[in-house]
Amino acid sequence: MLSRTADHLYWMARHTERAENLARMLDVTSRMSLLQGGLTGDDAGWASALAVAGLEGAYREKHGEVTAAGVMTFLCFDTDNPSSIVGCLKSARENAHAVRGTLTSELWETINDTWLKLRETSPAVLDGSGAGEFFDWVKFRSHLSRGVTIGTMLQDEALWFARLGTYLERADSTARILDVQARRLLTGVSDVGGAGDYYQWSALLRSVSAFEVYRRVYRDRITPLRVAELFILRDDMPRSLHKCLNEVTELLEMVANRHSGETSRRAGILHAALHFGRIEDIFAKGLHEFLADFVGRIYDLSDRVANDFLIPKH
Amino acid sequence: MSAAPYDEMTTATGKVRPHYTAFADWLSAQPAETLARKREEADLVFHRLGITFAVYGEAEGTERLIPFDLIPRILPAAEWTKLATGLRQRVRALNAFLGDIYHGQEILNAGIIPAAQVLQNVQYRPEMQGLDVPGGIYAHIAGVDLVRAGAGEFYVLEDNLRVPSGVSYMLEDRRMMMRLFPDLFARHKIAPVEHYPDTLLEVLRTVAPIGVSNPTVALLTPGAFNSAYFEHAFLAQQMGIELVEGQDLFVSDEQVFMRTTRGPQRVDVIYRRLDDDFIDPLAFRQDSMLGVPGLLSVYRAGRITLANAIGTGVADDKSIYPYVPEMVRFYLGEEPILNNVPTWMLRKPDDLAYTLDHLAELVVKEVHGSGGYGMLVGPAATKQEIEDFRVRIVASPEKYIAQPTLSLSTCPIFVEQGIAPRHIDLRPFVLSGREIRIVPGGLTRVALRDGSLVVNSSQGGGTKDTWVLED
Repeated sequence: MLSRTADHLYWMARHTERAENLARMLDVTSRMSLLQGGLTGDDAGWASALAVAGLEGAYREKHGEVTAAGVMTFLCFDTDNPSSIVGCLKSARENAHAVRGTLTSELWETINDTWLKLRETSPAVLDGSGAGEFFDWVKFRSHLSRGVTIGTMLQDEALWFARLGTYLERADSTARILDVQARRLLTGVSDVGGAGDYYQWSALLRSVSAFEVYRRVYRDRITPLRVAELFILRDDMPRSLHKCLNEVTELLEMVANRHSGETSRRAGILHAALHFGRIEDIFAKGLHEFLADFVGRIYDLSDRVANDFLIPKH
Repeated sequence: MSAAPYDEMTTATGKVRPHYTAFADWLSAQPAETLARKREEADLVFHRLGITFAVYGEAEGTERLIPFDLIPRILPAAEWTKLATGLRQRVRALNAFLGDIYHGQEILNAGIIPAAQVLQNVQYRPEMQGLDVPGGIYAHIAGVDLVRAGAGEFYVLEDNLRVPSGVSYMLEDRRMMMRLFPDLFARHKIAPVEHYPDTLLEVLRTVAPIGVSNPTVALLTPGAFNSAYFEHAFLAQQMGIELVEGQDLFVSDEQVFMRTTRGPQRVDVIYRRLDDDFIDPLAFRQDSMLGVPGLLSVYRAGRITLANAIGTGVADDKSIYPYVPEMVRFYLGEEPILNNVPTWMLRKPDDLAYTLDHLAELVVKEVHGSGGYGMLVGPAATKQEIEDFRVRIVASPEKYIAQPTLSLSTCPIFVEQGIAPRHIDLRPFVLSGREIRIVPGGLTRVALRDGSLVVNSSQGGGTKDTWVLED
């Protein structure tokens, strides 16, 4: 497969996944702020939403004060912000457009349709009760794209590079969400063990569709340690870091070429840490330190994947 | 333009022509709402498939649907057979001409075409002199524009031998008609066109460099911002070949390679949809970011086939067009089957004088222009437009030709108020490899504005499905 084609497929999938994760995070943030507005102050949640996306600086430069409406619009509909939902889905569509010959027509139509509908969507949907519906729609379209990808594409490199993009993005995003929110909850003013705390942690679980999963796996009350374990180490949880690295290491095996040995090795080391790691040890050394290191390693892997197989980013 | 133009469907007395009767019966039995619904469905599907056309000169990235009309353009078998024979003859002569002007130049030596017209033409590529191309084929893909005028006779308007486009619309229009009206295909015996990509791939494989037994073919596109990008992607997908951009290819050891996720892979045949000027920055335009540095040297070494060959533009140039009938006689010893439109060459003083006296009646075209840009349609132009054009002609007459304003044939289309006739043309695609292959029919383009003679997609033209009826 052409390196450029693989590059487009990879970024098509990565940007679709990124849009979905943004929608998940914003959905949770807006629920939390409704629930906990009195406890934590209105803006803390929105500032951390910007922090997860790594866009605090860009936002402040443009808008100054952090407000719910400002952050929502900036992260959903700001076309100047390439990391907004609109920016991500536009980029996903452009990448798909560039390689539409490689996609099944169903996949192209799904992605194009998402873009056409989004283009007709007014930012006014975020007012009042429409926001939740909009986030559900974004998640649903991402599910649909992914489902059509798996359900229609030939099991060859085209699919593998798209999947690689999905899992590297998801690993990065899950780690960031957990890092920023856990830091806020573990150091915040919330009454540990109290009702407010319960809602905050359950909202975090919901952001990765893991609330029911938690109940089934632990059958017990929600504790930070277990939430972190679910996010990081449980490989039966489809959005956990461990699950993502299972997929990444396997996909790297499938696409391996003469230059990619070192990349596979580094992915393997990271995978082993998750496979054999214990949550108590991670907490002992510091959750934030662990997650920051993990995000750095995912960045390194992405860079190496671009150099070994795709179009290197300078 | 006194007499009503020839109509494809009905005679001057309003009678439906025999090959349209089955369709006319069917059409009159369709409720208006059904047809309106089908039109909407067609628009929706084309939009969803992303079959769009980027329009130059509008806001960047503007994509438009090419309007599709539901009423097919129908050609009876006998008429098509004659056209196809004429097209084969014409394209054989054009390929012979290209081989000749890059080798012995017999047609110039014989004084049939003034040597300066060819050798000083900007489209003539000295780099091609003495280079043998596989099978002696230069124009592997030709899109010959035909119009019907007067009492119904066909004329060749131009021979597109560089990177003719439009074949994807031919294929998609057919697919759309079969989807919308399967019953029509049961009522008529319509020659299929769906095998075009297979035939094209076969042709491309037969012209691989000598000694390559299982050639790798790739389609070279200028990229996603090209107006015909949809077609490039579509054809690559249909043929199952890689769609490459210049940045995907590189030259090493007198070979062309693609950059792939597994490492470099050799390419033997490039179906290029990129103009000569941009194809190799080392040989042609140095500022081209779209081409492949060093490609020409591999080409000259005979290690890669380009389809179409470099330097075909000299044969479809409007200043050479008037000589094509002579080429048929010179190379094939046959009488031309297809007519040329009478053409005044404005570099000749007599022709210039005549044209300047009759600007209001004539069509004036730039010799190197294409796509309907930069032309004057006298009868449709304002006094001011004519005078402006006159200044340009007088300044450099050699840049222009003039032709009578043909009363192009019409075919009914759906308009706001119902059904009305509009002018059409026809672009069949002629494929030359070991033999010449033509998929029956071609692309019918239609001018959507009442009275307009301009059918180009870039000027707001639409398309129709084209049926060749089988006996």
